[in-house]
Amino acid sequence: MIPAQFDYVRPTTVEEAIQALRDGGDDAKLLAGGQSLLPVLRLRMADPSLIIDLGGIPELKGVREEGNEVVVGAMTSHYDVTRDDTLRQHVALIQEATKTVADPQVRHKGTLGGALAHADPAGDLAAPALALDAQFVIAGPSQDGSGTGTRTVGAADFFEDYFTTAIGEGELLTEIRFPKYTGWGARYEKFNRVAQAWSIVAVAATVKVDGGTISDARIGLTNMAGTPVRARAVESALVGQSATEENVRKAAQAAAEGTSPTADADAGSDYREHLARVLTGRAVLAAAG
Amino acid sequence: MARIRTTVDGLVYEDDVEPRMLLVQYLRERLGKTGTVIGCDTSNCGACTVHLDGLSVKSCSVLAVQANGSEVLTIEGLERDGQLHPMQQAFHDNHALQCGYCTPGMIMQSIDLLGENPDPSEQEIREGIEGNLCRCTGYQNIVRAVQDAASKMKPGASATADSGAKQTVAGGGA
Amino acid sequence: MTTTENAPTQEIGRDRRRKEDRRLITGRTRWTDNQALTGLLHISVVRSPFAHAEIKGIDTSAAKQVPGVVAVYTAADLGADQVQLPCAWPVTKDMKAPQRPALAGSRVNFAGEGVAVVVARSAAIAKDAAEQVEVDYDELEPVLDMEAALADGATLVHPEIGTNANAQWVFDSGEAGSGGSVAEALQKAESDDDQIIVKRRFRQQRLVPVFMEPRSTVVDPSGEQLVMWSSTQVPHILKTMLALTLGLPEHKIRVIAPDVGGGFGGKIAVAPEEVLTLLVAQKLGKPVKWTETRSESLLTAHHGRDQIQDLTMSVTKDGQITGLDVKLLADMGAYLGLVGPGVPILGAFMFNAIYKIPAYRFDCTNVFTTKTLTDAYRGAGRPEATFGIERLMDEAALELGMEPMEFRRKNWIKHEEFPYTTVSTLTYDTGNYEAATDQALQMFDYDGLRREQQERRQRGDVKQLGIGISTFTEMCGLAPSRVLGSLDYGAGGWETASIRMLPTGKAEVVVGVSPHGQGHETAFSQIVADQLGVPFDDVEILHGDTQSSYKGLDTYGSRSLAVGGIAVVKAAEKVIEKAKPIAAHMLEASEGDLEFSGGRFTVKGTDKGVGIQDIALAVFAAHDYPEGIEPDIDAHATFDPENFSFPHGTHLCAVEVDTETGFVQLYKYVCVDDVGNVINPLIVEGQVHGGLAQGIAQALFEEAAYDDQGTLLSGTLVDYTLPTAADLISFDTANTTTASTTNPLGVKGVGEAGTIASTPAVVNSVLDAIRHLGVKDIDMPTTPYRVWSAIQNASGHAGRADEANVASPGAGLGSTASDISRGDTQGGHL
Repeated sequence: MIPAQFDYVRPTTVEEAIQALRDGGDDAKLLAGGQSLLPVLRLRMADPSLIIDLGGIPELKGVREEGNEVVVGAMTSHYDVTRDDTLRQHVALIQEATKTVADPQVRHKGTLGGALAHADPAGDLAAPALALDAQFVIAGPSQDGSGTGTRTVGAADFFEDYFTTAIGEGELLTEIRFPKYTGWGARYEKFNRVAQAWSIVAVAATVKVDGGTISDARIGLTNMAGTPVRARAVESALVGQSATEENVRKAAQAAAEGTSPTADADAGSDYREHLARVLTGRAVLAAAG
Repeated sequence: MARIRTTVDGLVYEDDVEPRMLLVQYLRERLGKTGTVIGCDTSNCGACTVHLDGLSVKSCSVLAVQANGSEVLTIEGLERDGQLHPMQQAFHDNHALQCGYCTPGMIMQSIDLLGENPDPSEQEIREGIEGNLCRCTGYQNIVRAVQDAASKMKPGASATADSGAKQTVAGGGA
Repeated sequence: MTTTENAPTQEIGRDRRRKEDRRLITGRTRWTDNQALTGLLHISVVRSPFAHAEIKGIDTSAAKQVPGVVAVYTAADLGADQVQLPCAWPVTKDMKAPQRPALAGSRVNFAGEGVAVVVARSAAIAKDAAEQVEVDYDELEPVLDMEAALADGATLVHPEIGTNANAQWVFDSGEAGSGGSVAEALQKAESDDDQIIVKRRFRQQRLVPVFMEPRSTVVDPSGEQLVMWSSTQVPHILKTMLALTLGLPEHKIRVIAPDVGGGFGGKIAVAPEEVLTLLVAQKLGKPVKWTETRSESLLTAHHGRDQIQDLTMSVTKDGQITGLDVKLLADMGAYLGLVGPGVPILGAFMFNAIYKIPAYRFDCTNVFTTKTLTDAYRGAGRPEATFGIERLMDEAALELGMEPMEFRRKNWIKHEEFPYTTVSTLTYDTGNYEAATDQALQMFDYDGLRREQQERRQRGDVKQLGIGISTFTEMCGLAPSRVLGSLDYGAGGWETASIRMLPTGKAEVVVGVSPHGQGHETAFSQIVADQLGVPFDDVEILHGDTQSSYKGLDTYGSRSLAVGGIAVVKAAEKVIEKAKPIAAHMLEASEGDLEFSGGRFTVKGTDKGVGIQDIALAVFAAHDYPEGIEPDIDAHATFDPENFSFPHGTHLCAVEVDTETGFVQLYKYVCVDDVGNVINPLIVEGQVHGGLAQGIAQALFEEAAYDDQGTLLSGTLVDYTLPTAADLISFDTANTTTASTTNPLGVKGVGEAGTIASTPAVVNSVLDAIRHLGVKDIDMPTTPYRVWSAIQNASGHAGRADEANVASPGAGLGSTASDISRGDTQGGHL
């Protein structure tokens, strides 16, 4: 099927993109990798009048280190994320999760920022971003409306609801800043019906193990609510424990606390809660090596 | 209308297209490259897979305007001087196709896979083509074909082995 | 010229690489949607979002204003509401057949039914305008549940026919004289301490064929013959049905099925959109194209399966089946498809399967609902029956405390008993169930896996192993025309072939079957090469165009080789017959002294000879040939089989079930199939692989589900979950061979075998893995959620006395008949 008609612009700077958003108003839509947007347009579930293609803005692409952070441009492709040595060394969890996104073709074209801004509760990158305390840099009109400014939002505040983020009207996500988790083990435990399907539930876990004892843990849950959920009770139960199967599974029993999973044909909410507990145990054990 | 300039299977094309035109539509309807086909509207089936600047993409999920300035390689551009690409040959040799509708996308993705991982395990092959649906073969002979092609495309195995994989195609006049 | 010196060694049995591959692997394909005729117009169909509604009005004015729109038509504008799309299989004399229009006029009966059509200069504009068509609907109650649909006072899908029951079709072996009365057998079993009765209800979920090439039709009305290109399995049937349905002269229609990207039964149809495209092309006098989107295809192309099966078996405690009673409800959907009502009836002959059953009854009621219609899908009636009986065999073995394979052995037809006439009146010509089973057990390491299963049980592993069996047969090679006549089918089951010998000795072979992935060009070339003794590469197979192939009954029901391939043999025999007097003339010998072998007539006892390809040139020149005969060795033949063919096999599946998550992982799959003599082992193996994938997908992955308003929930490939390569494993396949005696090649069909056999093997294995946890049954597809829920429910009820009668096959904890009442299948029904 073919999308409805729209106009198209391809800015080459963030400033131009924000100007295009301003000009396009409510009916403008940002195109990142397009791997979610194009199917939506083809099914005519959306019909924006203007598409602003962010693919021509070099500053939005790439991975770089800045002190204690690794900064990923919003338009960095999943493919580039999975191959990046800096991320492998310091933010392994986002790389592990990205490897499970969709399929190779989609990973070639899809982007980290696009996926996070889309905020599909079954998407695979929000939970690791939350677990990792990622910071989201959002560009938009400056306070006085005359130019362009940026603001930074923490992951906990970025995801607001189903398909809703802190990115406001006229704004766009420019980069995602991850603190370094050098030496931490990581695992994204994804559960779906067939390889192509979205996650029914998935668990993003990264843990620091010192001499067999878990000294720190970060766990994010995919599709356990309208937004990703941090399994804080499990995290605190794990810290100080030796990384045995018994300890981990016991701690994982708290995984569904504070979640509000949906019910659909693939899973009832009780089943999702159960999966969260089981998969959290498995993810942590794998991450702890 | 937007003006785009692309190199497709070695030839340069310039055209005015509607912004909403999908790359696969452009290939089929404007360039007559009907070897690339459409199987779904949700980017699940992968039948429309082509290489865009050396990486496999689903051409139903890319706008033609997004391909402006890019090089596109389709199933129709794989042969060299009448010689099949080793992956095409392997699909034939291993009976890796029946109705053939998924085949162009399957071959393009399989070539991309070997470009990424020249010596994949069976499981890596299966995961490497998980974005491509086939309803005829049960995938078994496709997996065999990719294994066969991998063995023949290893460095030194064949003079034509590296054609197409991660290379761009030299542009011609148009 | 190539002559007999180069005659090939035997082609039949060679693993020839396919002739048809080259264009498919290079993209030089001719799919219907590739057609780009000058002035081509495109249509988009406006479809109902409601399952059941009165159409109060349609406003096309806004749509007509869209630039590039040529016309917008409602049903009345085209007479599309007066069309009666054909059903060729009135299964009973009193079958209720509602009118099926090409566009709905006053009422829609399923979500997705067309109500208007937009014609425009591009497909995109047509879609833009279709969204501007305003339709005013008055919603009616949907009819979704088959049992509720048959209850008194139910809302009627088609009030004008006064019922939601389409037809009831009954076979009773007592009445037919082919066996005893089931009523008596069951009555006797009830009062017999040495017998038990096993009752089960199984659900065959609704599936979608999902051929990879979406349907497409192009009609060019500008020539003397109206030409339709269509992505169809049945160009010949389509041509004749278009003539009959629309009152067109048949000789003014040409149908072309170019490259067709899969069908699996889904393209056996006279689709409303094919008729619409034709009507619009005729009205405008311009070529018109319709190509569906995938979501349109999932919504409106016919679905398959969808049955409720109530099965009752009586069996002696030492394991002899004494009776089988089958009651089916089959969902037709909103209308009758081309062969839809006959699909479940094919199961009547297959529920008794490979077993000797003394008394048998089959009673099927076809039901209308407000869903997409159902029709043939790979196996058509036979997978449903095979699933029912093979699941029931496991359940009975369980009740008896017998090893499930042992129970099957005790009841199946022994190899020395062939030919064997079954309780459902078919005569199985050949087979050897012992041989296939023994080989399969050995390849599978059945005993070793049973040991591994026990070890995992004892260890209480999270991942439990399950082993499932399916020993199956099928009737294929549709079909003997007389049998079809006795089943009130609207046509025969013969097939045709013609051989045209060209001056240079090459052979053009025109066939009436119409391939869409099967490899006919290769397999038939092999047959012709052997029959005529010409090189494989000298044979061209022509098909799929009614102008060259004027007569045929097309491809479905595993008939192409077992019927169409035999027509090719018969045509070749006629070529040789016609060539013989000419050869005698050329060799100055008498016909009686000639023998034909390896493509050459020779005079017995001499080295004098002439090749068939030289004779082709001689009759082309026609300078010197015998008086009184025509200078022509071309031939045409029609073959009508005397019987079906009966492939069979033993399929063994092992799965790992993650008892914590419910996830089912295929672990090992072995099948040994007897498909008779094999023309091309490569093609046979490929057919089995693909068939297995589809049958396994029914067990584990696929379902076309509707919500309570009659909206299809699995309307895209995101929701209709097909397996990818990563979801399947490599299968171990092999063949045993008993040649069919019903045709001269000794072949049987293979296209549907894998699909028919595999589904119950997989479900049996899933249940076998977790039955010790108290699970009794799980509906298909056995999704992780259903498996987990079944385990949860079973453990939650573990203390209840009536739940204690649970065991794995062979564990010896059988219950008696009274414990197992209909519907008592705890767990997993979601």
